Amino acid sequence: MSLAKHWRMQQQRYRLTGMQCEDCGAKLLPRRLVCPQCKSHNLQLYSFKGQGMVYSYTVVYDAPSGYDGYVPYPAALVRLDEGPLVAAQLTDVDIDEAYIGMPVEMVTRRLREHGESGLIVYGYKFRPKLKGQA
Amino acid sequence: MRRVYITGIGQTPVREHWDRSARDLAASSILQALEQAGIDKADAIYVGNALSGELTGQEQLAALIADFAGLTGTEAIRVEAAGASGGAAVRLGYLAVASGVHDTVLVTGVEKMSDLAGPAVEEALATSTDEEYEAIHGLSVVALHALLMRRYMHDYDLERRDFAHFSVNSHRNAVNNEYAMFRRPITVEAFEKARLVADPISLLDSAPVADGAATIVLCSDKAAGKRANSSVEITGSALATDAVALHDRPNPLFLRAVQESAHKAYAQAGVTPKQIDIFELHDAFAILAALSLEASGLAPEGEGVRLAMEGEIALEGRTPICTMGGQKARGYPVGAAGVYQIVELVQQLRSEAGANQVDARVGMAQSIGGTGATAVTHILKSPE
Amino acid sequence: MMKPLRDVGLVGYGAYVPRYRISAEEISRVWKMGEDNLHLEEKAVPGLDEDTATIAIEAARNALRKAALDPSKLSAVWLGSESKPYSVKPTATIVAEAVGATPHTTAADLEFACKAGTEAMQAAIGFVGSGMADYAMAIGADTAQGKPGDQLEYTAGAGGAAFVVGPKDESMAYLEGSHSYVTDTPDFFRRPNQQYPTHGSRFTGEPSYFTHTIMAARTLMDELGYGPEDYDRVVFHQPNSKFPVRVAKRLGFVEEQYRDGLLVPYVGNTYAASSGIGLAAVLDKAEPGERILLASYGSGAGSDAFSFVTTEYITRGRNPIPQISDYVSRRKEIDYAQYARHRGKLVMY
Repeated sequence: MSLAKHWRMQQQRYRLTGMQCEDCGAKLLPRRLVCPQCKSHNLQLYSFKGQGMVYSYTVVYDAPSGYDGYVPYPAALVRLDEGPLVAAQLTDVDIDEAYIGMPVEMVTRRLREHGESGLIVYGYKFRPKLKGQA
Repeated sequence: MRRVYITGIGQTPVREHWDRSARDLAASSILQALEQAGIDKADAIYVGNALSGELTGQEQLAALIADFAGLTGTEAIRVEAAGASGGAAVRLGYLAVASGVHDTVLVTGVEKMSDLAGPAVEEALATSTDEEYEAIHGLSVVALHALLMRRYMHDYDLERRDFAHFSVNSHRNAVNNEYAMFRRPITVEAFEKARLVADPISLLDSAPVADGAATIVLCSDKAAGKRANSSVEITGSALATDAVALHDRPNPLFLRAVQESAHKAYAQAGVTPKQIDIFELHDAFAILAALSLEASGLAPEGEGVRLAMEGEIALEGRTPICTMGGQKARGYPVGAAGVYQIVELVQQLRSEAGANQVDARVGMAQSIGGTGATAVTHILKSPE
Repeated sequence: MMKPLRDVGLVGYGAYVPRYRISAEEISRVWKMGEDNLHLEEKAVPGLDEDTATIAIEAARNALRKAALDPSKLSAVWLGSESKPYSVKPTATIVAEAVGATPHTTAADLEFACKAGTEAMQAAIGFVGSGMADYAMAIGADTAQGKPGDQLEYTAGAGGAAFVVGPKDESMAYLEGSHSYVTDTPDFFRRPNQQYPTHGSRFTGEPSYFTHTIMAARTLMDELGYGPEDYDRVVFHQPNSKFPVRVAKRLGFVEEQYRDGLLVPYVGNTYAASSGIGLAAVLDKAEPGERILLASYGSGAGSDAFSFVTTEYITRGRNPIPQISDYVSRRKEIDYAQYARHRGKLVMY
């Protein structure tokens, strides 16, 4: 269990923060040093709105250590409105309810705990949109 | 660049070797290969291994194995690229000989998976994913492939059972491979009914991780001498990488690293995809097999599964794959798989494949790490 | 009665309730206890990946969107709860980081059973009212535990409510005054190594809930010169559906006044969020110029009473920010076995 490893990821995990290329406008998740589109180094932090739709989904039955207490859990690749794909679990949805194209929104939930006495890691997951967004 | 020949091979059976550790398995495959090659030492040893530290607490594996195999002092180094570790070790062995630095090298792939079980193994396998952006979300390697399979099914209008033919083919071929872990055929119905591991991937769609070691001896033409005429030659060798995380690739369903490495290897070997008689591909999951066929230029995009459905991947088909059982039925000692593929191709190209013999002149072996972030392709030619 | 030197009010508010529900009937099926005397249909159960921090984060995010406030302008994030994910380590910092209030802010957790959220509100009022800050957030959130088979198991729910206190001229509802009435009354408590709380049965009624709620509310109303008829709406702490109705009647309020804020039959007792969620529900429905009385209750014991008047801004942001009714109507029923898994009553280590 590493405290620092999770701590330095907090802003990205809590607020879905990536980068925006100041030269070509591309929005990038996760953080990068070089824009894959135009190769610029001129990148600034950008917090994604958290809105998107399911590009693909699965349900995990055989989980890695630390996640086995949560099975079965749904996970997905989500296409965010701003363009990038992001890998995350789905939540607040039955395992047979997910579908490609499902509109989803980002929420902050427990990703895992390190046992009974260790760190709780929080981060982004996606749930079916609660209501229409302006 | 010098020519590189394979003058000896050795392999252990693939299974849960409860009573043998990695150094044991590796050394026994080395001794077999040395004997076959008629030598008692080599200039260097490249050890392909993915998870020795994670699963058994042992690093510095190459020095350990060199010593245990009676080759103490030999230049030895371990190569890691997740599931492509074996292929990557072959690549380095090839470079050492082709470049002229060494005359004779050993390439050994070894993996010891069975010392841990269940979630601990899934956690170890997940080290091949992007830790900060995939593994942290509880996305196992299986789950990532499941995401690819689900999308592929959606894009190309396929059902789960359509993917069964890869496993059915691999199991059918393993019946005649005495080193294989599973030697009984399976049916499409059994594939459909098997329990889900990560929907839509089931137990019968997942290569079983296991223990094993395989070794090849690589020689320059000078070192091979007279043996060169009866030895299989490596005519193409290339390794390419891609973004580790699926979401960092512009099209997750296209394996760019596979395409890059395959096409470089074709070019070097002076062959076209049509001239490949056997393809020992990395069938960790059916979807990966299908995408490998496509990115290697052996099936158009979206047609990889259909190729299998039409029977073209069988021994008697146009593009035989996994001729000795592949990862699915021969078994999947992760970091060793890439070397097993070469061993199996050599058996085929030397006409030593027994009941599974394919009439082959040119074979291709391809080893993949994770969901396609590392791909290594080797092209082999039968002796004259 | 207390009133800050600087006029303040609620510039934003938000609430959250989890998706899962277990019915009183289902609990009764297992424990064979009569559930009728609590008049509860079902209660909210947190998901496997939810806790007080995640609940508070969503309520806080809703409140900030309602307020249309840049989170870095918050000078305080104060979270009241009795079910924090860490016994030692502030949950408020997790929330502050998640909503973007860090780093130039203060943050802390408060505890006073079910009135920890309104304690935070009193503190936020003082903070802004003194001029020390322009904006301060008070949150009440809980994932309450009830001992299996105990009467409290029928009502121990989960939820969160967040309020951003700011200057009166930016408020959706401004504060006329507040009052707190607190004594050392041990009606409900939990010692450190205990999994479940202890409660005093009938002792939690008259000397506890009723005395403190009535004293806080009546003192506030008397000092403001108001009677129950001066209020459009009233919200009380809701440990079950009988107590708030009874206390309303004793204070002279009628059903039309408390009905919209009574959520306990659908979500259970959300502890530190209970009166806050009720307040959010009435704010979601209120028109400008309505006077609202909020009187919380927390075991230990005490009550915080507040008198608010809604402004022209009250209708801002009703769509598309989720309202408490959107969360209440989003429900997925589970059985007792799944509930036990969700609440950690199955030992996993």
